[in-house]
Amino acid sequence: MNTDTHAAHAHDHHHDDGHAHSTFSGYMLGFVLSVVLTAIPFWLVMSGTLPSKQITALVIMAFAVVQIIVHMIYFLHMSPKSENGWSMMALIFTIVMVVIALSGSLWVMNHLNSNMMPIHEMTGMK
Amino acid sequence: MTVAVNPSQTGEPVFYVADEHPHPEGYSTSLGFWIYLMSDCLIFAMLFAAFGVLGANYAAGPAPKDLFDLNLVAVNTSMLLLSSITYGFAMLTMQQNKIAQTQMWLAITGLFGIAFISIELTEFAHMIHEGATPQRSAFLSSFFTLVGTHGLHVSCGLIWLVTLMVQVWRFGLIEANRRRLMCLSMFWHFLDVVWIGVFTFVYLLGVLR
Repeated sequence: MNTDTHAAHAHDHHHDDGHAHSTFSGYMLGFVLSVVLTAIPFWLVMSGTLPSKQITALVIMAFAVVQIIVHMIYFLHMSPKSENGWSMMALIFTIVMVVIALSGSLWVMNHLNSNMMPIHEMTGMK
Repeated sequence: MTVAVNPSQTGEPVFYVADEHPHPEGYSTSLGFWIYLMSDCLIFAMLFAAFGVLGANYAAGPAPKDLFDLNLVAVNTSMLLLSSITYGFAMLTMQQNKIAQTQMWLAITGLFGIAFISIELTEFAHMIHEGATPQRSAFLSSFFTLVGTHGLHVSCGLIWLVTLMVQVWRFGLIEANRRRLMCLSMFWHFLDVVWIGVFTFVYLLGVLR
């Protein structure tokens, strides 16, 4: 397969091939952002700069979310247009599923834990 | 899908389903592969949920603070991040039809991947040596399942990477190989996305707890 044919092919399916848009600057920008977004949470936890653990936890989770979005855009080349929007639809569906499954599991199991009768109280019941 | 009527025959109309125009081979591969990745994402979501539920049940055994060395995790994370950018370079050189450079970047990606897996296995061996085996507590069971599944994915990615290097070496950057390299690119970057979740929720939040 020669270059011209491929170029024509890439042009024809411009909107289908998400990787047709990948550029050096895009990858580098994504990489620099990910390094920064990785380094800061590690530094926060290892140095214990923030006053409370709760705040640190929230901040590093926020960093994770931002970094996932950065990876999606710059490395996985997600855009609302790729595959005529079907990749985005699949992604949104998956995110909805993941959020329901994760929050549901954590919520239910947490309540189950806190409402479970402790063993010492059970011995008195006959 | 449209139903067309053949007008030439005046008698009973002939119905037929007009086919979609033919698509080139591999036309739907990237969308199909993306949907596979999304289903893989659900597997990891379940493992994260299991870890979220069981992650604090130490059964009087070792806690994350006693086990995890964040310096090592930071090195490991940088290995995976570097392998992501070198794979990106492989894709860029592939677009420019430079076979030798593509192969070189793929090889560098593979080396970073091997470094990642080696560090992870060293960490696992160290933990098991200290008695922190998967059967020690619910926390360790869910930890080894989640991180082990990710490591298994990376190992499969490495096998795939070597396979594709052989393919490119034998057949060059033909259309099929470009498509395969693009699928592996999505797979590799996806694993990096999962690792963001792992290092944040398992390691950093674990040590913080």
